[in-house]
Amino acid sequence: MTFSDYIFLFGGMGLVTYLPRALPLLYLTHKQLPQWLIDWLSLIPVAILSALLAPSLFADAVDRSFSLGKPELIVAIPTLIFALKTRSLGGTVLVGMLLYWLAGLLLNT
Amino acid sequence: MDQQEINIKLSAADILRQGAKAAWPIGLGYIPIGLALGVLAQQAGLPWWAVAMMSTMVFAGSAQFICVAMLAAGASIPAIILTTLVVNLRHTLMSSALAVYLAGVNRKFLALFSYGITDESFAVNMTRFKNGQWDRWQALVVNHSSNLVWVVATVTGSLVGQLVPQGAFGVDYALTGMFICLLVFQLNGRIYIITGLLAALISVGWYLLIPGDSYIVGASVCAATLGYLLKRRYRSSK
Repeated sequence: MTFSDYIFLFGGMGLVTYLPRALPLLYLTHKQLPQWLIDWLSLIPVAILSALLAPSLFADAVDRSFSLGKPELIVAIPTLIFALKTRSLGGTVLVGMLLYWLAGLLLNT
Repeated sequence: MDQQEINIKLSAADILRQGAKAAWPIGLGYIPIGLALGVLAQQAGLPWWAVAMMSTMVFAGSAQFICVAMLAAGASIPAIILTTLVVNLRHTLMSSALAVYLAGVNRKFLALFSYGITDESFAVNMTRFKNGQWDRWQALVVNHSSNLVWVVATVTGSLVGQLVPQGAFGVDYALTGMFICLLVFQLNGRIYIITGLLAALISVGWYLLIPGDSYIVGASVCAATLGYLLKRRYRSSK
């Protein structure tokens, strides 16, 4: 690939990445939003977070099969309890990492 | 006059400090992922400056991984751009949800802010906005400091990535841990818990049945709509 190929590729990718992020914000921030839309949008963060997380915990990425024993899922349980108890973002990240690391050590031996 | 200038400078430093404080779990998660992407890109034949260009112009982790894989497989440029569009459509939802907290803000700021809307910065900023005491400038710092870490991590990966042992210290779990905690922050009421459970169920089913990444947008829209209908029904029956 030449320099201009890269410019074309990344320019195109950048555009189709930027527009979905910018257009709703540019449009909706200057509109009076109806209450139903605000109510619906307030449920979007929890729905997106859950939809991003759940397949990575309950499904195998290689063959897209259901799985209940992934280390990611097993580690997620104490991590979730820690998050519920402490409500500390940094702490949860570190506890999750530590447990995942330990799980990896245990499973590989 | 001098006093005023000092105040402005202090508050700018405060904004930077608070933004960076909110963003550090994102950065921690981006480092291993960025290094991994850099290594893969280098193996696919991308020079380091192309990696720098990609991370600056695109800033979308999953789309960048797909791009590298497609380049390695010899895919055409239009095919890669089209795939990027599909993968990133989920950000229209995030951008819309952020609009509630950025009503009436000038378009120049929004244009600058939009560039850094990712799954991670969205989740961190929404949680802070919802709790109040979060300002758009702090949110902007979160977006752009995350981007900075991302660019540095991906370029570093393409230069020296192979020297870093894979999976060291569980860093691969940093973003999962962050999402778990941010999900907990969102669960303030029965309707949020129900919506979260619905999204989990639908997304897993969708992920297993339908190839591609449509499960994120599909499950989020379905779950939020079902949650909204349930909430309305509960309200009207009262």
